[in-house]
Amino acid sequence: MLDAAWIIVLIPALSFVLILFFGKKLPRQGSEIGIVALATSFVLSCVAVVQWVQYVDEANAGKEGLGAIGKNLLFAGKEYAEVEPIVHSITWWQNGAMKFGVGTQIDGLAVMMLFVVTFISLLVHIYSTAYMKGDVRFTYFYAALSLFTFSMLLLVVAPNTLQLLVGWELVGLCSFMLIGHWWEEGANSNAALKAFLTTRTGDIGLMIGIIVTFFAAGTFNIVGINQYALSSGADHTLMVVGASCLLIGIIGKSGQFPLHTWLPDAMAGPTPVSALIHAATMVVAGVYLGARLYGVFWSGFNIGDGGFNPMAIIGAITIIIGAALAFVQTDIKKVLAYSTISQLGYMVMGLGVGAWVGAVFHLFTHAFFKALLFLGAGSVSHSGSHHSFDMKKDMGGLRKYMPITFWTFLIGSAALAGIAPLAGFWSKDEILATAGQGGYEVFAIVGLVGAFLTAAYMTRCVYLTFFGEYRGHGQPHESPKAITVPLIVLAVFSVFAGFAQAVPLGLEKFVEYVEPHFAFPPVLVPEFDYGLAATSLIVVAAAIGVGCFLWFRKEEVGAFKDLTRRSSLANAGYTFLVNKYYLDDLYEGVIVTGIKGPIARVSYWINQNVIDAIVKGTGLAARSIAGGTYRVDQDVLDAGYNTLARETGASGGLLRRVQTGRLQWYALVMFFSVGAFALALVIFS
Amino acid sequence: MVAQNVAFWIVAVAMGLAAIGVVRTRNIVHAALYLVVVLAGVAAQYILLGAEFIAWVQVLIYIGAVVILFLFGIMLTRAPMGGDSEFDNNQRFPAAVAAVFLLGVLVTLLVDAFGNQKIKLDAAVLATGKTATVGDAIFRQYVVPFEVVSMLLLAALVGAVVIARRD
Amino acid sequence: MVLNQFLILSAFLFCTGVYGVLVRRNGVLVLMSVELMLNAVNLNLVAFSARLAEVSGQVFALFIITIAAAEVGVGLAIVLLIYRNLRSPDLDELDQMRG
Repeated sequence: MLDAAWIIVLIPALSFVLILFFGKKLPRQGSEIGIVALATSFVLSCVAVVQWVQYVDEANAGKEGLGAIGKNLLFAGKEYAEVEPIVHSITWWQNGAMKFGVGTQIDGLAVMMLFVVTFISLLVHIYSTAYMKGDVRFTYFYAALSLFTFSMLLLVVAPNTLQLLVGWELVGLCSFMLIGHWWEEGANSNAALKAFLTTRTGDIGLMIGIIVTFFAAGTFNIVGINQYALSSGADHTLMVVGASCLLIGIIGKSGQFPLHTWLPDAMAGPTPVSALIHAATMVVAGVYLGARLYGVFWSGFNIGDGGFNPMAIIGAITIIIGAALAFVQTDIKKVLAYSTISQLGYMVMGLGVGAWVGAVFHLFTHAFFKALLFLGAGSVSHSGSHHSFDMKKDMGGLRKYMPITFWTFLIGSAALAGIAPLAGFWSKDEILATAGQGGYEVFAIVGLVGAFLTAAYMTRCVYLTFFGEYRGHGQPHESPKAITVPLIVLAVFSVFAGFAQAVPLGLEKFVEYVEPHFAFPPVLVPEFDYGLAATSLIVVAAAIGVGCFLWFRKEEVGAFKDLTRRSSLANAGYTFLVNKYYLDDLYEGVIVTGIKGPIARVSYWINQNVIDAIVKGTGLAARSIAGGTYRVDQDVLDAGYNTLARETGASGGLLRRVQTGRLQWYALVMFFSVGAFALALVIFS
Repeated sequence: MVAQNVAFWIVAVAMGLAAIGVVRTRNIVHAALYLVVVLAGVAAQYILLGAEFIAWVQVLIYIGAVVILFLFGIMLTRAPMGGDSEFDNNQRFPAAVAAVFLLGVLVTLLVDAFGNQKIKLDAAVLATGKTATVGDAIFRQYVVPFEVVSMLLLAALVGAVVIARRD
Repeated sequence: MVLNQFLILSAFLFCTGVYGVLVRRNGVLVLMSVELMLNAVNLNLVAFSARLAEVSGQVFALFIITIAAAEVGVGLAIVLLIYRNLRSPDLDELDQMRG
């Protein structure tokens, strides 16, 4: 499967086409095709994982057996053989000497992503059979899901930046389609447009970055670019520029500050879409890009040297602002959206501080528990709050009615908060440890603050949804099996997935298999810091305690009661948060309108006075030419012809007088002529 | 010689005046009579030239038949036989010019060509004028034209009848 | 006798006849003028016959007389027809060939 990974990618594409053509006629309106296809892809992905592990093991065994053959990279005492990624590429088209290829690049990162994408997509497919039942566009939904999965897989296995770009754009398109699934509501279409346009703004950076890396490295191949970036002859300026532009692309797609505003609005789409695209897969495409082209970032931002770099800074800012905003949301999906923004900030910050393994591992675990949380929210709205997501108004006390949903949601929240030994603890800790040991202590502190905030807002969320009295209008009950089974599966993974890279337990699967040992910078693999781990656990416990204190009590604590009404500062702070730092107003009200207005006015002016003037002038010129031609025709040509005809007629009139019809007149003329001839004869002879 | 000249001149003047009368008179019958004078004068000139046969044929045919025909024509076409009619069309002047011009050319030519050649009426000349000689020439040398002319006469006769037939 | 006097006389008669042909309105008068012209020619021929002592001149003159007579006959028939059609012998009214 390592050599034939393209099959995994194409199965969803085939499923997309089949669903479009045959879906409506099938008994389950096309969902069968989607589920079967995704299951097949998932199984094949598992096969690919197994094969890759074997492949790496063989390479390592060979290395150990034969001693020091091949270059070895030292990683904190452990030595791993150089394992090149398996690249298969066919030439898509050729322009002179430039070949544009399409194909697959299989290495640890790729197989891990294959696993995650196909797994989550399969679970979402199953979930949607119950959640989207009776939807007006059920079949198209499944077709779009298949198309999205295909695009994401295309992106993940891309061996060159162009294919990656194609996949990137396609997932953006599918996101647009799926967010606006219920486009009859204007808000949904607007949200879809906002998502698309905001990520598009980031794509400018991505495209420029691809061009810059191409001109620097002379190739589009990812392996080639990484090798160039890490070589000593790399042009540092180009690397900085390239890394910065690519970072802009990451900011747009992965919802980093300042282009994060689209993610919360994207919650207007169906919940399975939010789970798949905006939690587990599409938004991590930016992080994946960072992980893939890590050589460029490493050398461009000098990540190995510690201190500050743009990637880490932006990631850190994103962590804080996302978490802060999660506190003031009443919509459960919006809480999870801001949480996603915050966790993506962790991943980008992790890449920025050199914690490649930590960031990728966090991507892995986050996919499971965030998808779990979203699907759980969907389950709540489907069966508990009568299709509403408003926690304050329609939820509360649901743990009595929806136990499975409650327990799985609780497990997901714990994993997100980073409670050991659940998955989130291990991955978050990896990032913080690398930051602390790599010279990025500030960011470690930021990460801890973020952990505190995460635990706190999740506590609030859990309380509002599942505890207290039921405030809604529906008849809450547990969701059907198609919804709860994926929740249980994801909960299991949220618990156990962290053990893939649990260093104290001797499990370093990620470092062994996922981390590239070829064309890869010498990143730091941190020692497990027990002190840091303990600190983070204490922080989390404190946060939960504070949260319980603030929200679990029957009445609000006196000091905090009506705080926003009493204190204008608190009120201002609250208003600031509720308005999302007025960023949306800045973007839409100021920037967009400010650009749109003058540009529109100038364009209108040009259109009226320049273009229209040209058109009018041409018209007038044509008319005057026509008039002139008419004049010439009438006065000159026609006059000529008329004169000719008239004169001919006149001369005819003159000549006809000769034809008098009278005999004697003719005789006169004859005799005269005879006389004249005779005279001539006389004279000339 | 002198007598012939005198006779010639008297006849010539008469003829000239009569000819002018033919073309200028307002009385159509007078015109016919003037024509008779001219024809008679021509016959006289023939005799002066020694062509007796021709002179008598002229009198016989022309004055005897042709003028009668003219008179019949005048009567049948109800020509105004009163004395005063305008018979000229409006091209009198150009016609006069043409006629005088033609006359001038002819006279110049004749004077230039024939100068003072004389006619001598000797026996040979007189012999040619005899009837026998003319008849001889007709029926020997010119018998074919003679037959043709007789055919012509027949055709003219029939033609005149056909044309003038009232049906 | 001078030859020329006959010739000039004949020329005079001829030109008078030309004048008459061109001027006279009545068809009969035109025919009379034509007679004048023919006679002038005859005189010419006979004068030359006398001058050259040739009989051909007189034979020609004879033929011309014959033909003149025939022509007058036909001519008058035509004039009669004109008179019948036009109710008048005026030749000026015969302008149907007018262009």
